[in-house]
Order: sequence, then structure tokens, then C-alpha cells
Amino acid sequence: MQPAIAADTKPWRSEGAEPFISVRGATKRFGDFTAVSDVDLDIYKGELFCLLGESGCGKSTLLRMLAGFESPTQGSIRIDGEDMAQVPPDRRPTNMMFQSYALFPHMTVEKNVAYGLLREGLKKSEAFARAGEMLRMVKLEKQAKRKPDQLSGGQRQRVALARSLVKRPKLLLLDEPLGALDKKLREETQFELIKIQETLGVTFIVVTHDQDEAMTLATRIGVMKDGIIEQIGEPREIYETPNSRFVADFIGTVNLFEGKVDAAAPDMMRLTTPDLGDVMVPPQPDLTRGQQVWGAVRPERFAITRERPEGAVNAWRGHVEEMGYIGHLSQYRVRLESGMLIRASQSNRLRDEDPISWDEQVWLSLAPRAIRVLTR
Amino acid sequence: MSAGNALTRSVPWRGTAWAMGKLGLSGRTLVIAIPMLWLLVFFLAPFFVLGRISLAEAIIARPPFTPLFDRAPDGSLEIIASLENFRFLIEDALYRNAYLSSIRIALVATIFALLIGYPIAYYIARAPEPRRTILLLMVILPFWTSFLLRVYAWMGFLRSNGVINNTLISLGIIDAPLRMLQTDFAVYIGIVYTYLPFMILPLYANLTKLDGALLEASSDLGASPMVTFFTITLPLSLPGIVAGSMLVFIPAIGEYVIPALLGGPDTLMIGRVLWDEFFSSRDWPVASAVAIVMLFLVVAPIMWLQSIQNRRGMD
Repeated sequence: MQPAIAADTKPWRSEGAEPFISVRGATKRFGDFTAVSDVDLDIYKGELFCLLGESGCGKSTLLRMLAGFESPTQGSIRIDGEDMAQVPPDRRPTNMMFQSYALFPHMTVEKNVAYGLLREGLKKSEAFARAGEMLRMVKLEKQAKRKPDQLSGGQRQRVALARSLVKRPKLLLLDEPLGALDKKLREETQFELIKIQETLGVTFIVVTHDQDEAMTLATRIGVMKDGIIEQIGEPREIYETPNSRFVADFIGTVNLFEGKVDAAAPDMMRLTTPDLGDVMVPPQPDLTRGQQVWGAVRPERFAITRERPEGAVNAWRGHVEEMGYIGHLSQYRVRLESGMLIRASQSNRLRDEDPISWDEQVWLSLAPRAIRVLTR
Repeated sequence: MSAGNALTRSVPWRGTAWAMGKLGLSGRTLVIAIPMLWLLVFFLAPFFVLGRISLAEAIIARPPFTPLFDRAPDGSLEIIASLENFRFLIEDALYRNAYLSSIRIALVATIFALLIGYPIAYYIARAPEPRRTILLLMVILPFWTSFLLRVYAWMGFLRSNGVINNTLISLGIIDAPLRMLQTDFAVYIGIVYTYLPFMILPLYANLTKLDGALLEASSDLGASPMVTFFTITLPLSLPGIVAGSMLVFIPAIGEYVIPALLGGPDTLMIGRVLWDEFFSSRDWPVASAVAIVMLFLVVAPIMWLQSIQNRRGMD
């Protein structure tokens, strides 16, 4: 029977669902430096949760607190209803896959994987049988007798994964699991990781600085900055409705402009902006007149045309400064008359169309709904 | 890169390289030549001199041994060399006992140095940075005073009216002073104390390289700190243990000063025997033979360990 997958049931959307991991007010200070500051986080069973942020944002410290390598200065961590404050790492129902893999160099692959099982007091024959099973799953049964230094980077990564999964932990913590792999291998492994997570039904928490990785893997993403979780949401929410300029800018490419709320009609709101003149955006009742706001627009939201489209509410004239043909899409840098540089992209649907190219005069237009209005 | 090119293009360099090329020498030969020459002059040459003396016979003369080449009565040149001295060493129980006792004392002292040195090295390796440097300095600090002075200081501690006995008596723990000086116990203390830094430093160098993530991984997989130590830390520090033990064991076998000053009349060590043969009996040939046998006794375990390490490296 296939276990229920959090990616399908989306327990975080329903009120009152019991979280599997619950972090409350977790703070970690190292001397004067606050690595993690008052974090609240609920993670549900079977999730593949990504903590995303730049290095030094506190995501690894948060992960290490869950594993038990750091104890929170303040706050509490509960896993499966049990308070973890007094539980040392070797008694926690968690396993971790280390960024450096941390494979034991003096042990064979097989012994590395069986290590955790032997510590549980399992009989040698049984431990090695289960280790062998796990190695088959990650397709490394032929390398069982090798030492870690006789493996490639990708193989080592799979040994580390096998070693952290073999004890069937309730919670698997992965610290930059794909960081050391090259791009192609990384993409393959991402999908393998999702497949493994879905078959075993283990809850994964993945720390990464790679937004593409987070977008591909995660059921939900927590974007961290300076020890604070800026936003928690499904990948789509994070991308489409970021709650701050930081998140909008961190995930994907974005055009940001500042402006003030000018006037609101029931179905439309007008912003006055120094760079784009008057911009029409969807109405937002919580904003007051004269309030400072920012607009965020993804490059693919712009329509690029040679003529001004009829009935366009927001349209600007510009000059294509640069154009990059990627294959499936073309990327443009368009200089508006106000001097603002806009990054826009267009998918290449037709093979034989006459593409807008470098040095052309164009019109950029936007539907009001394409603009996300941010207050911070 | 460009600096290197500038050097290899410079005229003096090219001149030297050309001259060396003519002689069939490369830059590498030149670099290796210096330590090779050192070993040749200060190790290999004296070793051959010693070897030659060990084959001679003791005579009352100056130098006190028979020459290698002599005129036979019939006027022909003859070589005087025999293994008589080595046979003597094997047959005389004194030497055999001295060798065995030296090895035993060195071995026991090495084990104690390891047991004491390992926790110290481990603690220093795990200490945070400013403290670590201070602790390392404290390990090396005794070297700043003379070795002899430190051994004399131990005599002050250990003798019957010394610091330890006086303290114990004044505390009422013992009535009569314990005899510690001039015992094997004092020799062990002297060797362990003197050679402890040679145990600690290689162990420290090894243990600082130990990746902390491995210990975390072990603990994450359910190993208690004790189990982690025996399954991860200890096996990975084996090269440090071997290096440190060698650095203690080898000089301890031939130790002379410590048994002479701290040991009793029945403390039998080959270093003392060697000294007696050279300076009391003035029997240079036997003394040379003793020295050469000692050298092989010390070299044998090194070769053995080397071969183990090489085999391990090939696995």
C-alpha cells in the first residue's frame, strides 16, 4: 500500500491538523550572534520541507537543533509529540545526511550503512542484510566492499543517503544534500530523492541555498534570512505571492519598483511611481492612501510587442538593450523611457515567428493582476 | 605561474640548469643531496666505523682495538675480523637480560605514556583556539630547561626526604618514607615524564585532523559517546598512536641518563651496559657490538610497522 503523501493531502491547509514537528520560539545564540531568532515552525508527517536561504541565514543551525547537535538557547522543539530538550542526538528519532556526507573513511560502504543498525543492537547478519537491501535501493550493491575514498562524488552521496535512511527514521534531515554534485547529476538525484521520500513516507527536512532545488523538491518552503523565517508556503505561493521584497527577489527573477498608493476604485487601485508613472494594480483593502509600497513583477508576466496592445491598462515604451535566446524562451533587457531597466521574457511558441530582437523599439504591457504589491 | 616562468627564464637559473644537465643532475637531486649528505656523514659513516670496531679485538693500546689490516709474521697482509664479540653477547646472559629488560621497560613506559598522553592530546585537539595554543605551549615548555635539570628535579621529588615523602608523612598517610628513588618505578616516571611530549604531539596532530562531522554522524546513528570513541576516534587515530609510540619506544630502549640517575643498582638497561663497556671496561669492540645489536633491535619493529602500514595503504 502506498503511504499517504503529504504532497497530495496538504495537511497544512486544514485547520487543526496535528503537526509532526513543532518548533516554538526557537532561538540560538552563539555569544553575541543570534543564529536563529524566535522561529515558529510546524511540519507535517510525510512532508518534504525545504529550508531555503543564503549561507549564514541560520538554516543549518535550525537543522542541527532538530538533530540535537545544538540545543536551543530558548524555545522548544517537539518531534512526534515528544519534547526534545533532554534527548541527546543518539536517542532522537531523526537521522541526518551531512553536507560533507561524513562517511567513516576506515569502514567499507556496507559497514557504513550497517553502522546505525548495529548500534541499535541488531544482529550482525540482520544488520548487513538490511544494509544490503538499502544499497540495492540506491544502486550501490556492487560497491558494498569498497571504502568511501574509492567512490565517486555521486556514489558517496548515495551511500550517505542509504546510511541515513537505513534506520527508517521518523524524520530525515538533509543538509545541502546535492550541493557537491554537478548540475546534471543533481537534477537526476532530485527526482530520485522525491521518489524515495514518497515510497518510504519519511518526513524530510532539506536545507539548501539553491532555489531551483527547493522549488523542485519541496511540498513547502521556508525562506530564511538573518535567523528569521520570512515566509512559509508551497513553492507556488512563494513564487507567485511573496510577502516581502526579499522573498520576491530571492526566489527567481523579479522586477521591483517603488510607489505610493494614490487612489482606489472598487475593482482597481492606482499607484504613482517615479519609474513607471501611474500603475494600475488589483485593489487591496488593507492599504491606505499615500502608503509606501513596492510592486513586484516576474519577467514572464510582461507582454512584449512592437505595437501598443489595444486596451492595455499598463503599457510602457522601451528599447531592447540586450536579448538572450535560451531555446525554450528568450530573455530581454528593456530600457524604458524613464531609464528603468526591465527584465522580461517570452516563451518561444512558434518556430517560424519573427522574433523581437536587439535594438528594437517595443511596448511592454502588464495586466494589473500580474503585479504583486508588497508593503515591506 | 608567471613568477615561476620568470625564474626559469633568468640567466643564472638557466646557467645552473645547463651545468647540472651536463653532469646528469636534476634540481630534484640537488634538493635530496643535502639530507642525503647529512645522513651519510653523521649516520652511515659512524655506523661503518662502529661495525668495523665490533669485528676487532680489544687490546691495551691507543686506539684500544686491533687494526683491521695487519702484517702477518710471514709479511703478507691479513684482515683481522671476527664475529667473536657477537657470539659473546649471545652467550653471556647479562647482555641478553639487559636487552630484554630494556625492551620491557621501554614497552611499559610507552604504554603508560600512551594512556596518559592520549587524553591530553584529545583534550588539546578539542579545545577552542586561544586555549589550544596555550596548552600546546605548556606541553613544549619543559624543553626550555635542560633535560638533566629536570631529571635532577625528579630526584628531589622522589628521594626519601624528598617532596613527596615529606608531604605524605606530614599528612600522616605514611609513617616511614617510601623508597622510590633508585627503583624501576622511578625509571618509569622519568621516561614517561621525559618522552610524554613526543607522544602528545603526533597524537595531537592526528586528532586535530579528525572531522567533527564524523563524530556527529556516529552519534546521529545512535552511538553513545563511548561507542563513538572506540568505533570512530580510536581507529582513525591509529597512525598517530603508532607515530607517538615509536617516538617514545625507540629512544627509551637506549636511554642511559634516566636509569643511571633514577634507577637502582638492579635496573638493567642496555644503555648503561653500553656505557660501562665503553668507559669502565674500555672494551670498545664489545661495546660496538652491543650498539649494533641495539640498532637492529630498534629498527626491526619500525620495519615491521612500516610494512603493516604499507599493506594497509594498498587495501
